[in-house]
Amino acid sequence: MDPTTSMYVAQGIHGIAYGMVLFLIASGLTIIFGMMGILNLAHAAIFMLSGYFCYQIIFLTGSFWAGLVLAPIGTAIFGIFLERVFMRSIRGAGHLGELILTLGISLVILGLVKIFWGTQSLPMQVPDILQGMVNLGGLDYPIYRLFIIGMSLVVLILMVLLLYKTRLGKIVRAAVSDRDMVNALGINIPLVFMLVFGAGCWLAGIAGVAIAPILTVFPGLADQVGMDAFIVVVTGGFGSLAGAFVVSIIFGLLSSYGVQFISQLAPVLMVIFMAIVLSIRPNGLFGVKE
Amino acid sequence: MLLEIKDLNTFYGESHVLQGLSLNIAKGELVALLGRNGMGKSTTLKTIMGLVKSKSGHVIFEGTDITGLPPYKAARAGIGYVPEDRRIFPQLSVYDNLLLGIKGGKIKNPNDPNVWTIDRIYSHFPKLKERCNQQGRFLSGGEQQMLAIGRSLMGNPRLLLVDEPTEGLAPIMVQEVRNVLEEINKKAGVSILLVEHNLKVALSLAHRVYLMGKAHIGYQGSVEELRNNNEVRAKYLEV
Ligand SMILES: Nc1ncnc2c1ncn2[C@@H]1O[C@H](COP(=O)(O)OP(=O)(O)OP(=O)(O)O)[C@@H](O)[C@H]1O
Ligand SMILES: [Mg+2]
Repeated sequence: MDPTTSMYVAQGIHGIAYGMVLFLIASGLTIIFGMMGILNLAHAAIFMLSGYFCYQIIFLTGSFWAGLVLAPIGTAIFGIFLERVFMRSIRGAGHLGELILTLGISLVILGLVKIFWGTQSLPMQVPDILQGMVNLGGLDYPIYRLFIIGMSLVVLILMVLLLYKTRLGKIVRAAVSDRDMVNALGINIPLVFMLVFGAGCWLAGIAGVAIAPILTVFPGLADQVGMDAFIVVVTGGFGSLAGAFVVSIIFGLLSSYGVQFISQLAPVLMVIFMAIVLSIRPNGLFGVKE
Repeated sequence: MLLEIKDLNTFYGESHVLQGLSLNIAKGELVALLGRNGMGKSTTLKTIMGLVKSKSGHVIFEGTDITGLPPYKAARAGIGYVPEDRRIFPQLSVYDNLLLGIKGGKIKNPNDPNVWTIDRIYSHFPKLKERCNQQGRFLSGGEQQMLAIGRSLMGNPRLLLVDEPTEGLAPIMVQEVRNVLEEINKKAGVSILLVEHNLKVALSLAHRVYLMGKAHIGYQGSVEELRNNNEVRAKYLEV
């Protein structure tokens, strides 16, 4: 087939894969914000930490699959620990306190990561079966990116089923709009907070593992990808899962095609997009007025 | 006593919104809490519910001190809350709004005629049944009020705190809401603490009345006494 078409398709796949990873991070961030009113500045560091967990698990067990499954779980447990020990104690202390706390947590994670794993980039090998290209209908697709897309889609479907079909999901959706009212119905909101925080960290953890073989694991990962995820949440509208999804995919495509066509502008394309969206809709694409 | 409130002091920052407020409700009573805007009626209900913390004083429900407990524990103790502005979950269907009112997510004895089930709510509020799959935000004000009441009943409360249920409703809906509250109190035996600006509605329902002045109870008495006391009505109610 025509090599230019093939390149466009490959770039498209790269973009969607990156968009899905952004969505995994942004979805946790936006639900935690929507429900708990906390802008968790440590979310990006938690995402990165999962990459390190995965690296360590592969180092110990030799199995990528073990890392893929266990690292996000470890990250979720770590998140629950953070929520119980730190977040809970400053609830109600105002936004400034929460911002400072979560910023502090992210700096501590960064410091610990450097102590344990150093500052160099740690490469991560994916199993042979996920390497190389696969030819479908005459076009070559990068297998690992397809794997990321497929895995993220499974997670997305699970998330939607959980949110729309289970009582817990309905509680979470109700709490995004009015957590005090949910509380007053006899639902243990602190417990729900803890679960949601853990789930958000689990999602970020999956993203951390997914991206690690592509970008390697290094202390700058949190800033590089985390900043994109924050921009996604702002542009999509705080608390909006649909907004996070749509904007994540747009950003993924912008970043991959941007590099190809207007490479000097690529790094700021997302910011430009955000500025345009926010100038038209100040609460974000899917944001609702407070 | 079903509910005893003793010497409650509640603050919003510096402002002292409840200053030594005391009141009580006996089992089966419907008690009205009336007063002008900004006196602290809603804050009283929120403090009972644990949505606002008091600095001192006690809330005793069925003999247990529930002061300062988080809202979900007050609810589990047996208090239902129908707030100002209804606070329906806008994205959830009517059915799901009711579902979240069920404590623990499961009705323990659905065959007990005294236990509220979704079907029993529907038989009291046929409009809710018609619209059971619609999102809460598409309901009219009256329907939202019905849903807010129904949602709180799903928790089988023994005391219901109801904040301005007829506000902003058309006269016919006001009457309907009034009748529903009467039924809940008389037939289902749920005690009610009612905050209400519509004096006619409040006095037609209540057994006893508390009138709030700024941050405290200024007067209490029977409905009959209040009807005959122009001076007190002028002092606490008329604008
Ligand atoms: N969240 C809050 N923060 C600060 N002040 C508040 C808050 N809520 C209420 N207030 C103030 O506390 C006082 C009592 O308010 P509350 O809502 O309890 O009055 P209310 O008797 O219910 O009035 P209304 O009849 O208008 O509903 C008012 O002066 C109000 O302005
Ligand atoms: Mg009020």
